[in-house]
Amino acid sequence: MNRSSRGGAIVMVLYLLFLLLPIYWLVNMSLKTNFEINTTVSLWPRAITFEHYIKIFTDASWYTGYINSLTYVVLNTIISISLALPAAYAFSRYTFVGDKHLFFWLLSNRMAPPAVFALPFFNLYSAIGLFDTPWAVALAHCLFNVPLAVWILEGFMSGVPREIDETAAIDGYSFPRFFVKIFMPLIASGIGVAAFFCFMFSWVELLLARTLTATNAKPIAVTMTRTVSAAGMDWGLLAAAGVLTIIPGALVIWFVRNYIAKGFALGRV
Amino acid sequence: MEKPINNRAWLLVAPVFLIVAFSAIVPIMTVVNYSVQDTFGNNQFFWNGLGWFQELLDPSTELGGRFFAALWRNLAFSAIILAIEVPLGILVALSMPREGWKVAATLVVMALPLLIPWNVVGTIWQVFARADIGLLGYGLNWLGIDYNYTGDTLSAWITIVVMDVWHWTSLVALLCYAGLKSIPDAYYQAARIDGASRWAIFTTIQLPKMKRVLLIAVLLRFMDSFMIYTEPFVLTGGGPGNATTFLSIDLVKLALGQFDLGKAAAMSLVYNLIVLAVCWVFYTVMTHAGQDYDGNRRPQEETPA
Repeated sequence: MNRSSRGGAIVMVLYLLFLLLPIYWLVNMSLKTNFEINTTVSLWPRAITFEHYIKIFTDASWYTGYINSLTYVVLNTIISISLALPAAYAFSRYTFVGDKHLFFWLLSNRMAPPAVFALPFFNLYSAIGLFDTPWAVALAHCLFNVPLAVWILEGFMSGVPREIDETAAIDGYSFPRFFVKIFMPLIASGIGVAAFFCFMFSWVELLLARTLTATNAKPIAVTMTRTVSAAGMDWGLLAAAGVLTIIPGALVIWFVRNYIAKGFALGRV
Repeated sequence: MEKPINNRAWLLVAPVFLIVAFSAIVPIMTVVNYSVQDTFGNNQFFWNGLGWFQELLDPSTELGGRFFAALWRNLAFSAIILAIEVPLGILVALSMPREGWKVAATLVVMALPLLIPWNVVGTIWQVFARADIGLLGYGLNWLGIDYNYTGDTLSAWITIVVMDVWHWTSLVALLCYAGLKSIPDAYYQAARIDGASRWAIFTTIQLPKMKRVLLIAVLLRFMDSFMIYTEPFVLTGGGPGNATTFLSIDLVKLALGQFDLGKAAAMSLVYNLIVLAVCWVFYTVMTHAGQDYDGNRRPQEETPA
């Protein structure tokens, strides 16, 4: 191989090391005892311990955090995808009054700072009695996930030739039957990618999730921040909780690796 | 092929319209309502007209000074991370392995930081950068470099910038990589026959093909850095002092910390208007860039990586 590709390999290796080093350090910390963390800086655990993980899996105040997070994330993904599917179809197949403005408006909500919405959401969901339930967070995250899902799905749907719709209509399929039986299987990968990104963006968000919950629906991210300030820095436990929040993403990433760029680009690549 | 005009398509869009309107318009109206009123507690509100806005946009007042300080801080932060992440992302995209298992492995590792919850990103850098227990902080101090991100402004800024580079450069790189994948091999063969240099290939073939994805990357990175909250909140809490208090952190302090509803609402609206304006500029540029490209509104390219 020529010189430039060897240079490329060096850049790549350095970059990947830069990405992995902080994550390695977190895993390293999660396997140490707090005594070891506080007394020495060791590059690998001298005595590997799983006490922090065991604590998280046995202590209800910890593992309910994961359950709460997963609840609103799944709710949000289902709501977002089922609402976005017909809308994305409309955008990809038809011209209608105000379509371009509507599309821009949706995009602008993906870009809106959650900090702006924290207080009004708090008032809104308190007023309708959903405060401190998974529904409040699931609905609040729709603000950016529904537009995201519409954008991603529209990108995939535009890749499906319109002749298929017409052929199905001639064959006597009603629209709902056509949509579910023929069209959705054709864009199955797009639905998967959109669901993955809704899941992810709901999973990584903290500000709204923290504002809209108190005790019953407290997400894992909040459990983490509160324990840090209260319990006098239990670093090992914090690191273990962090590692466990990385795992869902790391597991599903393999299935969408070919579409990651498309998803992050709102379906516009 | 032109899309048929059909206004009944609105029926398909209506559910999305309703839920986003519920999540966006109702809260914004609450904010508008607060922004023109003052309160002395007990849910008693008084008409204050545009008072909050005048105070907010006048840098000589306490509120205005605070707002503009956070605004410039945030703009400086966005400019710095764009100046680092865009060139670095392009470099990484150009360095991607061409084929084989390495491509898949690299993609997975690169995407990993993007999928970590934002507060955990803060936690990761906290345990990595602390002088007493972190590899980076301990290592730097061991080398004799005075580094302490909780007490020293420069250290705090460097840590937050490096954290953002760590978190988001992969996004730029992945987008550029997708753009590069869409260049047919014939282009490179033609360039080789013409004896084009590596640099000439980059400026005349690769960069123009990446223009669209780069626009998206810059838009997303600008927007997300302009609303950054969780990562610096976990890492530095906005400190030392106010050194890393960006717009969102300041707004949350004002709204949920001090419960200063009128001021916070006025700030929210101005903040949102800035975002909307920048967003619109990018959207216009993006749709026009798409038209130059091959005559369509938005060209769709399948680019399985």
